[in-house]
Amino acid sequence: MNKSLRRIATIVTVLFIAIMASTTWIQFHEANSLNNNGRNVRRLYREYGNHRGPIMAQGTTLAESVEVDSPFGFQRRYMGGDADQAQIFAPVTGFFSIANGTTMIENTENAFLNGQANAMWMERMQDLFMGRETQGASVELTLNPAVQKAAWDALGGQRGAVVAVEPATGKILAMVSKPSFNPNDLAVLSTGQASSNFTDLVGADNDPLINRTIGALYPPGSSFKLIPAAAALETGYLRNADQSIPAPHRFTLPGTTHDLRNFGDHACSSTDEMSLHDAMVISCNTAFASLGVELGGEALRKQAQRFGFDDPFEVPMRSASSSFPDADGFSPDRVALASIGQGDVTATPLQMAMVSAAIANDGILMQPYLVDTVRDSTLDVIQQTSPKRLRQAVGSNTVSQLAAMMEDSVSGASGTATAARIPGVRVAGKTGTAQAAAGDAPHAWFTAFAPVDNPQIAVAVIVEHGGDMGSDATGGRVAAPVVASVIRAVLQ
Amino acid sequence: MTVTSPGFTSPGTLSPSTSSPGTSPGTLSPDLSPPMVSDTSSPSQATPEDLTDIFGAEPTFKKPWRIAEIFLLLLALGIGIGGFAMVGYVMNGELPDTFWLESASMVGIALFMHLVIRFVAPWADQIILPAVVLVNALGIVMILRLDLAPAGAAGANAIRQTQWAAVSVVVAAAVLIILREHRTLRRFTYTSGIVGLILLLSPMIPGLGMEINGARIWIQIAGMSIQPGEFAKIFLAIFFAGYFFNNRDNLTLAGPKLGPIQFPRFRDLGPILIVWVAAIAVLVMQSDMGMSLMLFGLFVAMLYLATQRFSWVLIGFCLVGAGGYFAVQAFPHVSQRFDGWLHAMDPAVIDRAGGSFQLVSGLFGLANGGLLGTGLGHGHPYLVPLSFSDFIYSSLGEELGLTGLLAVLVVFFLIVERGLRTAIDVRDGFGKVLAGGLAFLIAWQLFIIVGGVTRLLPLTGLTVPFMAQGGTSLLSNWIVIAILIRISNEARRPSIDPGLGEVAPVNGDESQGYVVVGQSDTPAIVSGSPSNDATEMMDALPRELPPDEDATEMIAPVSGGTQ
Repeated sequence: MNKSLRRIATIVTVLFIAIMASTTWIQFHEANSLNNNGRNVRRLYREYGNHRGPIMAQGTTLAESVEVDSPFGFQRRYMGGDADQAQIFAPVTGFFSIANGTTMIENTENAFLNGQANAMWMERMQDLFMGRETQGASVELTLNPAVQKAAWDALGGQRGAVVAVEPATGKILAMVSKPSFNPNDLAVLSTGQASSNFTDLVGADNDPLINRTIGALYPPGSSFKLIPAAAALETGYLRNADQSIPAPHRFTLPGTTHDLRNFGDHACSSTDEMSLHDAMVISCNTAFASLGVELGGEALRKQAQRFGFDDPFEVPMRSASSSFPDADGFSPDRVALASIGQGDVTATPLQMAMVSAAIANDGILMQPYLVDTVRDSTLDVIQQTSPKRLRQAVGSNTVSQLAAMMEDSVSGASGTATAARIPGVRVAGKTGTAQAAAGDAPHAWFTAFAPVDNPQIAVAVIVEHGGDMGSDATGGRVAAPVVASVIRAVLQ
Repeated sequence: MTVTSPGFTSPGTLSPSTSSPGTSPGTLSPDLSPPMVSDTSSPSQATPEDLTDIFGAEPTFKKPWRIAEIFLLLLALGIGIGGFAMVGYVMNGELPDTFWLESASMVGIALFMHLVIRFVAPWADQIILPAVVLVNALGIVMILRLDLAPAGAAGANAIRQTQWAAVSVVVAAAVLIILREHRTLRRFTYTSGIVGLILLLSPMIPGLGMEINGARIWIQIAGMSIQPGEFAKIFLAIFFAGYFFNNRDNLTLAGPKLGPIQFPRFRDLGPILIVWVAAIAVLVMQSDMGMSLMLFGLFVAMLYLATQRFSWVLIGFCLVGAGGYFAVQAFPHVSQRFDGWLHAMDPAVIDRAGGSFQLVSGLFGLANGGLLGTGLGHGHPYLVPLSFSDFIYSSLGEELGLTGLLAVLVVFFLIVERGLRTAIDVRDGFGKVLAGGLAFLIAWQLFIIVGGVTRLLPLTGLTVPFMAQGGTSLLSNWIVIAILIRISNEARRPSIDPGLGEVAPVNGDESQGYVVVGQSDTPAIVSGSPSNDATEMMDALPRELPPDEDATEMIAPVSGGTQ
């Protein structure tokens, strides 16, 4: 009988080996494909159920994960769940949604926020041995919440965007896009609810999900005139801004019979010529169109590229690439239009802010950035961004002359941007009133920096389709007051 | 007459005996056999004092201190209580409300059972109890964790499971105390068979049986729902052990021979067909594929144990195959189970009512655990339906990982291995078949459910012994353990009846000198008078030994008790 007992023992051993093997097969060999199976709700729990780090801005918690009574364990909450406050910062924070993925800072800083970044392996090892749950790092932004709110309020009910940077460092102080959305609606822990909220936002009027400061391209209009002016001075075509250039009443686009006119069909000058400085202050279209044709498309593009055109910024979200048209088939009439920021030229609001920022920073273009510091859960710094110089956009001689022209645009009696004046603060800026699609009201632009003697902020504002003023809008009337509010908020 | 040292044995010198008492079939019918409870120290046998005189040293016949068992129990309790604390701290940041109750209960269970064994089965195996306490405690840890899950595994109840564990241990102790001699069970061979069949079929009695989760395997008594099949398996194991052992000669020798395989006589097939029909009935009428598979496996294994005839295994497999094929063809719920197994990952099968959703959820849980597991309280085992009972294996796998599951399987393997060891060591044939069958039962049940959860087999509704929530299963498995411990006590008790290779007075008379049993010319009678239990003697006799094997097996028991 012991013989059969031993055989049974062998069979039992085989049975155990079989279930050990099948368990190993499932837990080791098949684990990956099972974990990534679309039907596996644990995949969502693993990705979205971790104790994600907060997103902070100068002590204000923009986004945090709060414990909830759900299989996920945590839910993302923006500005404490306050919809009105959350939408102010939504274009920067983005959203974190089980059904719709992540965007903006939630997306670019995901590895830090969920604690899986390579730089955090030490923390993860400690957590493993201590039996702690891995907690994501906190991401501190460069945003100044007061400036952000001031910009949001200043835009009022108008569609548009505001972006403000610190010229010397490239720190982004404000990044507002209207209309916006409530990211809390997308962070709900129901896949169905999150999907339907997302579908609603995608279908909503005026694209609330787009961060206009980096994600939308507009014709920059007259605010672009800073580039031909800089090119003229940099190339030596003009020795200084007081040199006269042609400023005809109307400028016939070369090779066409089409006349380019000034705003309101006014003549810029009785003599049909004027100094570059004066042309800038009154924003004379014909003068800049003819100057651009004289300089040529190539010179303009080079200058535009030195300010950052044709290259996306990574803030760390990748911006749309502002563009100056390519050389192929770039006929003089198109160069003329491009010189006044129409036609083929497109720019993001961030790009126009960086033009002012470079001028304010002695011609040096800095890398704009949003993420200042990343700290682990014990507040040790994991990563700190140091300001990075991109390139010299213009020389210092050009800088002082551009700054003078911009300052006179604001403070001069005939300036286009008198609405941007702030008592006791020297503001320098350039308006733009950009033709949008035919029949639509123009976009109102303003890009500026202040104070001129010690620049602390460079800002660009666009109000889409004239905002509250519709067709009567100009950059000076609609966008300049918004800039003034933002500058006041920074200097306070 | 030469006297060699008692430890000396040379299997090669053992000669198969020519004498063959008790080979004639029919004389061993249980009804005719003398009283089973034999006094093993009959006055005519050599006493320890005699042996001391001979060898000048006292043989170690002291009852063991059971230090190993105490140490292993402390280890098991440490793991279990640590688990309770860890679950509470991870889930709620504090000890669970029931921490002291659960911990005290587990300590009480271990201590109580240890003391009972110490008094009524002092020679019993020392590993079985700690191993069972460990898996029982780990099961309660997992149930407590699911009980505490905020998102809810409705139905998990750690306190209730702890209460059942306490009840089970008390009943197991009662079995140990009342059943002083496992051979008593042989008297109840046919009674056990009838009781087993009645229990098995009782859920089909209208008014008594009830259906839960689509399987009609429950009966309601006094407000409690009980799975009688869990008890039926014990009674049937006793019946099989008694019946097969009594009739093994008929089953072994009679019947036509076809090639190398000896087939049984048709009339000996009768009881086997009855069990087969019962298993099919359970499968068909109760929708309980697991139970029928378990019973049939138990049946075939014990039949093989008793007869050593491979033809029985072959016949068994054929019957299972035929029954299974018939069931798959004829009954939609069975074929659905097969479909859910073969095409588990098919989205349509997952979503279908009675489809593979539960199985796939369990697989996702296992995969989430990976090699090291998420850690207790960090996974999502509650997502799997019945995560605390049928699918506790996947719950454990998710939070303890492959590492944890393999460790748990090794503990189960230890229990089974100790059971089989007991079967090999015990000297009576009935005990061998019963212990072997019960040990196999644990392994077989584990294989069916773990194989089902890991997609090795079609999923059936069996429970992981000792771990899954459910009082009936826990109680019945503790009773199995009590019987194994009882048999193990018998197997490891140092016998004053000398075994092979031991020194014994010639013909029981010291004045005639001593002989080393098995090496003398007249080894058939090894002590003054044959044991009262003819079958026991028969097993101890060399005639049972094929020339080339098992010699050491037969000698092992005498030294077993001193470990």
